[in-house]
Amino acid sequence: MISDREIYEGLAEIFADVFMRDDIPLSAALSAADVADWDSFKQIEIVMATEERFGVKFTSAELDNMRQLGDLVRIVAARGTPPS
Amino acid sequence: MKAEEQRSPSLYWLQQPPADWRARLADLSKSTPGEAAWAEAVALANYRLNFQLTNALATTVARLFRDAPDQILQTRPERLAILSSSTTTHLHASLRVGALRRGIWLDVYETEYDQYRQELLDITSPLHAFAPSAILFALDARHVTRGVQDCGTQSQTTQVLDELCETMQSLWRIAQERFDCPVIQQTVVPSLSSLLGNNEHRHPASPAAFITKFNSRLRDLSEAAGIDLLALDARIAHDGLMAWQNPSLWLHAKQEIALPAAPMYGDLVGRLLAARQGRSAKCCVLDLDNTLWGGVIGDDQMDGIIVGQGSALGEAFAGVQSYALALRQRGILLAVCSKNDERVARQPFDAHPDMILKHNHFACFVANWDDKATNIRTIARQLNIGLDALVFVDDNPFERELVRRELPMVAVPELPEDPALVPQCLADAGYFETATLTDEDFQRAAFYRSDAGHSHDTASATDLNGYLAGLAMDLRWARVDQTSLGRTVQLINKTNQFNLTTRRYTEAQVRGFMSQPNILSLQLRLVDRFGDNGIIAVVIGRLDEQSTVEIDTWLMSCRVLGRQVEEATLNIVVEAARRIGAKRLVGIYRPSQKNGMVSRHYERLGFTPQGERSDGVASVLDLDSFVPRETFIQLSEVSA
Repeated sequence: MISDREIYEGLAEIFADVFMRDDIPLSAALSAADVADWDSFKQIEIVMATEERFGVKFTSAELDNMRQLGDLVRIVAARGTPPS
Repeated sequence: MKAEEQRSPSLYWLQQPPADWRARLADLSKSTPGEAAWAEAVALANYRLNFQLTNALATTVARLFRDAPDQILQTRPERLAILSSSTTTHLHASLRVGALRRGIWLDVYETEYDQYRQELLDITSPLHAFAPSAILFALDARHVTRGVQDCGTQSQTTQVLDELCETMQSLWRIAQERFDCPVIQQTVVPSLSSLLGNNEHRHPASPAAFITKFNSRLRDLSEAAGIDLLALDARIAHDGLMAWQNPSLWLHAKQEIALPAAPMYGDLVGRLLAARQGRSAKCCVLDLDNTLWGGVIGDDQMDGIIVGQGSALGEAFAGVQSYALALRQRGILLAVCSKNDERVARQPFDAHPDMILKHNHFACFVANWDDKATNIRTIARQLNIGLDALVFVDDNPFERELVRRELPMVAVPELPEDPALVPQCLADAGYFETATLTDEDFQRAAFYRSDAGHSHDTASATDLNGYLAGLAMDLRWARVDQTSLGRTVQLINKTNQFNLTTRRYTEAQVRGFMSQPNILSLQLRLVDRFGDNGIIAVVIGRLDEQSTVEIDTWLMSCRVLGRQVEEATLNIVVEAARRIGAKRLVGIYRPSQKNGMVSRHYERLGFTPQGERSDGVASVLDLDSFVPRETFIQLSEVSA
């Protein structure tokens, strides 16, 4: 099992690399509208980096329905594994 | 390394980015866009970067320099135009970093979504304004297989294939004429699912079979058309399709190449661009012990080294040799860089029946006790090629790190520990990328023969202090005890080269030494930031009634030569001897066939020669006036 804290810690590193800044306050309600450079390319970077880091594969339906960070965190919490 | 990290598309032959990689990138973003910044950018690119770090590096470099910094570049800047049927924007950063890794500045232009034909034909298009120096046709699987689904017979399929090939040939020709630049055609990603299975080729309407045929046809056409291939299909056959593509994301974003494979994609293109600039590596510099054979020739001797039939390990080393020989046959020079006595190092090549590489396969053969950075400079000078044309292959992380540090322009792959994986590692790293073969390639090796014109110049030693200081070496010593007895006896009976007296003792004899208070039997273990080297030295000394400790045995593994272990060992021996009441040390050198390298050992450590005795040459060191030798090694006494 992976805790929400571990997920957010991993996501913080991913966001820091993807956006090249570490001051984005991560929360379940965070969405692309809240971050200046968060376009469709960044969205894919976040998704792919999350897949690699936590060993999950998102389905097409999940990709379509990802509205805010909490959606992604929920899937990782259900199926992800902590990075070794 | 985890197993999945040892596979492409991870750039696994490069080192993991160090802990301060991000901090260095942040520093780079604040620096002035000059020569030093460019060198740092190239250095940061030469790590095993995932796509996030690759993107961050590309963004930083683009913000810092904006345009090709022509005045500081030592390579020709490239302008790559991607003529694509799907989205490749997510690959630009990796393409730029793939070039940057080779010191090449790259600008990338991508034609509008599925507009590549129009832009190629319209001379007022942005493509023409971009004025590319190289063109890459990147067509996705669905685009290429349009119309195939309607074929009812094989002859209809062939007709569709012929038409597609004609179209491509004319597009290549137009690109070549308009832009007078190299054209690269990406083979099609075999991403479409089969309909029949093993005999897919029998189905005329199979897109999967069509891709196989088209990729094969591209290989036939490329020669006459004068284009280069970017062989993604071959790469994917090796890495696995799912490593390169993500079906959900294809639907989501029309990205045919998945982001995790982007760094490898960029590296593949970078290799092609560098090869066309004549910047691929030309020479493979090989270590010997535990790289070309298992074991240490100086200690294990001819019948002790592992190579050839008889064991899987021996065959694996033979496989490394075969791969090197095949590289040589197609024009890559081979050189040896080994810490060994030259005479000893040459023996297996001349006389070991299972050696695949022979003496005359090497353009340059350097075996001595100098540091490897110095010797690699010698090799480059003797072969009259640049240091950046060398790849250094060595199983020993210490040597690799030393060469990386002293000679950052030399390519130094992280080598898999298992020699069975080494040929694939060298292939995956793509150092020797060659787009076209010439007759000269096949003849080159014959021009360079190590036995012709062998020069013995001694180059100045590299200043190693900074490197040694950073190794965090810890020499852990103790009296030989039950736990260390086995390894101690093994070293006593196997060490030939760094062995002052070559006195062999049985386990019972050594156990006897352990129990006598007037006999020092010391074992020393070296730990550094690469790990534990194990027990690497043994010293045995005997205290007599005149308060003299005579050093009966002093031996050391040659792996740790050149790291001040000798000086540090002396400090330990002096300390241990004083504790049992010694006033002086006497060292003996007994010459043998193999131990010429330590003939001046005691002299180098400040002993005073006393002349010959029946059992060798004696030297003395007075302990009252002894000042501990300064080294970069910390000494730790380990209690039993």
